[in-house]
Amino acid sequence: MPERPEISDDVVAGREPGGSVLRGQGAAVAAVALGGALGALARWGLGLAWPTPPGGFPTTTVVINVVGCLLMGFLVVHVAEVRTAHPLVRPFLGVGVLGGFTTFSTFAVDAQHLLAGGRLGTALGYLAATVAGSVGAAWLGLVLGRTTGGAR
Amino acid sequence: MTGLWVALGAALGAPTRYLVDRALQRTHGTSFPWGTFTVNVVASLVLGIVLGGAAPSAVVAAMGTGYCGGLSTWSTLGYETVRLAEAGERAHSLFNVVMSTFAGLGAASLGLAIGGFAL
Repeated sequence: MPERPEISDDVVAGREPGGSVLRGQGAAVAAVALGGALGALARWGLGLAWPTPPGGFPTTTVVINVVGCLLMGFLVVHVAEVRTAHPLVRPFLGVGVLGGFTTFSTFAVDAQHLLAGGRLGTALGYLAATVAGSVGAAWLGLVLGRTTGGAR
Repeated sequence: MTGLWVALGAALGAPTRYLVDRALQRTHGTSFPWGTFTVNVVASLVLGIVLGGAAPSAVVAAMGTGYCGGLSTWSTLGYETVRLAEAGERAHSLFNVVMSTFAGLGAASLGLAIGGFAL
């Protein structure tokens, strides 16, 4: 695979080369933990408010993942491309809140349940809506972020 | 009470994702987001095990909704997929989202089988 091009400094986690993985990461880890807890609580609360019936289409999870992707695209532009935010903003909001809010594991297990239960149409619709919706929303978030931020 | 378990699980899962991502990305040094791929597949396996067995509701909340939900992510997966495409790495971009989905489904299936058998 090729060398990492411009992505290296652009990844959500804000990775830098050199040093150990944990070195100087105390504040960032705490910000990620707090943000992750808040994001997960929001996801849990939405699941309680709008539960998915057994064998039904998991609308709540789709909406959570699509909205999380939209906000992530928008956020990254505003903390990295058009201005320099405080170094803990991205770990807290991006890695923490939005990472804890969105979920891949529930997506995979729900889809597997639907497939195993013979709900092929619902499963394929769920897979397609999540994949296309999430990637499309992340793209839209980046575009909206650049439009509102005046970059590019 | 359930909310506390969810928050505690996510407060461990999200930093695990952050640190695994940093460690793997440094080791591999490629443009392919192996960190996100790895945490998503592992979280799908673990959530399958938790939900496949007859785990108590507190365990489902802490390990499933909290830890696995915090460990896995769609927001970073979606973002990194778009960034790969923008960087001209269309094949890697498509590979990222398609392989993540199939590997996640396989891991969830394996986890559900393990959980149903062992727990």
